[in-house]
Amino acid sequence: MHGLLSMLIWLPVGAGLGVLLLGDRNILAGRWLALLASLATLALTVPLWAAFDAGSALPQLTERLPWIPRFDAWYALGVDGISLPLIVLTAFMTVPVVIAGWTVIETRPAEYYAAFLIMEGLMIGVFSATDALLFYFFWEAMLIPMFLIIGIWGGPRRVYATIKFFLYTFLGSVFMLAALIYMYVKGGSYSIASLQTLPLSLVEQRWIFLALLLAFAVKVPMFPVHTWLPDAHVEAPTGGSVILAAIMLKMGGYGFLRFSLPIAPDASRELDLLVIALSLIAVIYIGFVALVQQDMKKLIAYSSIAHMGFVTLGAFVVYEIVRNTHSLRGAGLGLDGAMVQMISHGLISGALFLCVGVLYDRIHSRQIADYGGVVNTMPVFASFMVLFALANTGLPGTSGFVGEFLVILASFNASFWYSALAAVTLVLGAAYTLWLVKRVIFGPVTSPRVAALDDLNGREFVVLSALALAVLVVGVWPAPLLKVMQPSIHHLVAQAIATKI
Amino acid sequence: MVLTWSSVAAAVPEISLTAAICLILLVDVFAGERGRRVTPTLTLLALAVGAALTVRYGHVTERAPLFAGMYVADELGFVLKLAGFLLVAVALLYSRTYLENRSILRGEYYVLALTALLGIFVLVSAGSLLTVYLGVELLALSVYAMVAFDRDSGVSAESAMKYFVLGAIASGALLYGMSLIYGLTGTLDLAEIAARLRAPNTAGVILGLTFIVVAVAFKLGAVPFHMWLPDVYEGAPTSVTLFIGTAPKIAYFALALRLLAQGLAGTASEWVQMLAALAVLTLVVGNVVAIVQSNLKRMLAYSTIANVGFIVLGFVAGTPDGYAAALYYTLVYVLVALGSFGVILLSSAKGFEADLLDDYRGLHQRDPLLALAMMMLMFSTAGVPPFVGFWAKLRIFQVLWETNHLWLVVIAAGMSVVGAYYYLRVVKLMYFDEPPTALPAAQPAARPAAGVRLALGLNAAAVLLLGVLPGPLLDLCARLIH
Repeated sequence: MHGLLSMLIWLPVGAGLGVLLLGDRNILAGRWLALLASLATLALTVPLWAAFDAGSALPQLTERLPWIPRFDAWYALGVDGISLPLIVLTAFMTVPVVIAGWTVIETRPAEYYAAFLIMEGLMIGVFSATDALLFYFFWEAMLIPMFLIIGIWGGPRRVYATIKFFLYTFLGSVFMLAALIYMYVKGGSYSIASLQTLPLSLVEQRWIFLALLLAFAVKVPMFPVHTWLPDAHVEAPTGGSVILAAIMLKMGGYGFLRFSLPIAPDASRELDLLVIALSLIAVIYIGFVALVQQDMKKLIAYSSIAHMGFVTLGAFVVYEIVRNTHSLRGAGLGLDGAMVQMISHGLISGALFLCVGVLYDRIHSRQIADYGGVVNTMPVFASFMVLFALANTGLPGTSGFVGEFLVILASFNASFWYSALAAVTLVLGAAYTLWLVKRVIFGPVTSPRVAALDDLNGREFVVLSALALAVLVVGVWPAPLLKVMQPSIHHLVAQAIATKI
Repeated sequence: MVLTWSSVAAAVPEISLTAAICLILLVDVFAGERGRRVTPTLTLLALAVGAALTVRYGHVTERAPLFAGMYVADELGFVLKLAGFLLVAVALLYSRTYLENRSILRGEYYVLALTALLGIFVLVSAGSLLTVYLGVELLALSVYAMVAFDRDSGVSAESAMKYFVLGAIASGALLYGMSLIYGLTGTLDLAEIAARLRAPNTAGVILGLTFIVVAVAFKLGAVPFHMWLPDVYEGAPTSVTLFIGTAPKIAYFALALRLLAQGLAGTASEWVQMLAALAVLTLVVGNVVAIVQSNLKRMLAYSTIANVGFIVLGFVAGTPDGYAAALYYTLVYVLVALGSFGVILLSSAKGFEADLLDDYRGLHQRDPLLALAMMMLMFSTAGVPPFVGFWAKLRIFQVLWETNHLWLVVIAAGMSVVGAYYYLRVVKLMYFDEPPTALPAAQPAARPAAGVRLALGLNAAAVLLLGVLPGPLLDLCARLIH
């Protein structure tokens, strides 16, 4: 079906504008429009998945229209095995966000739905752009709705959090832009494929790698530029946290796979230790930081940073694996793990934030100390929360296991110590997540407010069941996902270990 | 030389404008108090007719000297003049209610605006040092008077005085520099000067050049010759700030282009270095000082300075692509400034200037459309896609890379991030804060017509549209320079 990607981008954007035009007065219609649009977008991913040829690493379902002839910039879209799962994830996660806001958002609801729908379109644009300028266009434009979401519907320190979020991301992005323009001036094209084949000297690669690293490290976020994330998560409304954790962080990982490794392979090889070290710090140090959090959202935010450390670790161990074993398959394992980890973390962190949202809507507190014994009043909710918490610790059978297992397995081929240190997360992750569950869910009822809690309503039940199903399916049967990614990951490994000098 | 219609047709914008000025002056004098109401409408009509005549008769594609080389007709001039007509018309349209509410809606205001526009036209088409100076002074004198137009306002008078004194110094520097260049080359004709000046340059030429660069920097508002700009922007009536902030920028771009890039092209290696230093200072001071402002007009003044830094960077590249980038940046900046000051004008009321940042608290709840327009304009100036300001910055980065100015790219990129902060703050005030409980008591005596709001909406929409499809304007700018 031609134009499928364009539809995936512009359908939600158009629906968002429609909701905006309907306004707060017709919000009932606006809500249904938002829900239908997000469901329609999700439905469109079915033909997308079906039309995708899993045997090829080339961008598929491509669209190409002239955009800015002067810069040789094209409105060029396409999917490969790396972007396809992320597009599906984006479409999938927007639906729960729309449903979760149904009755909760009372101030300016039309703008709320509009912002999320427009952002959905822009995020799909980021993943499907095959022109670097178009990619950057979507990448930056997406900041505006998120800035407004945190700033308008956020908590008490929302202004601080949202400005910090914007400026951090903007800082990284500006240097990425400078690097992209440099490569355009050198090669005369913004097409990502031609940037990937552009010959660059080692010195050039180093600078380009660092500029890109700044952009993507902020987005992932990696230690030490992660500090915006806990603030943004804590202040953002539930929907904002879900999108932030589930999709936006993935863009950093996607950037490493799409830009850093193929464009600057020699610099990546040279500086891989830097990224690996930062990833391990994220996994271990941030894991300890998560342990001491008093605020549920902050805890999950730190847990996100630790889990995203696996993504960057999996992406950058390829060099040592190839050095040690000369096995491309082994190197592919790390990248497989990084990708699965992204998808799985998208589902799990999104689900956990939705769980916190469920509690917050009832008690209006995110402090762990205000809860205790929730299982007595909300048994159904408690089962979901425990499931997602276990998935977060990497329990076999859930999606969390697959990604972490693959990355640890792969990094064992790189160095025993990488895998040993990465495996610490299995202990730490279990510690902070299970301790959270113990304090919030189990034990006797600690306060009259908890005693008065109602269990999940139908809306919440549907949302959490869908996510639980997804977490279990990816955990038990990750084969289709891995199969779709396979050729693209192979291609990526070949690009990453090739030399440009 | 015999004057025929075909030999002066290219000057039709100036001719029609001069005729319009005379006509409006007469109408304003003889029509009496009631008849004066027609002056604003008549002015807009005159601008529309002028633009139409320019399109019909004044279109030139080839560069041609006129009036013995004093005047150059080229496509750049043609487009810039059309832009001038449009900008002044929109600026006057936005201003009307504001002027009415302050009882300064007088014919002279419109006549002064038109003479300023005439100065802009002369400058844009200048082919000799003499014409350059004529244009600069005609524009400057009209604007001095406009700044002081609200006679009862002490602040306006003060800023007009400051502007006048500092402007006179800049004019002096310009004249002195010109006299040195004239003395050393023996000609006033810019094309001739370009032919006679060849590197290596004598100390005299460089001295003359320095004075000219100072004057250009003053007119543009580049640091350290910027101090008039915040005071004038803040002190002048907002309608005048809007005027100063838009159409004259085009003229000063032309000033820099005609004088430095064309006339003094032989000294490029010298002025490129001077401009590079100015650009860095301008970017840093403009962006950093803007952060601490509490007055929106003053903040936008520093934002202007910061943007001037980017325009100067285009010249620093010293290539036709660089000038094209500077032209593109100027046009984009002017479009955004038109809208931003327009928002201030439309938010104001009788006895309420709406010039403090705090006046914009919760604007979204009082006037969602105005807030939306302002948000789009602010994100555009910050350089965030999908708005057009992004492409202006991108183009500047690109020409800097093409000419290997690594450090300038890094500084400009870093300063864009600093700049983003204060633009975000405006969005924050409008969207995240609650409106003040006690709204200004004064209600507007006259409300802007729906058409004016529509114009502002179109202005903001243009910022979005040109941002999504930047190709045509980029191509146009490149064509005009090459």
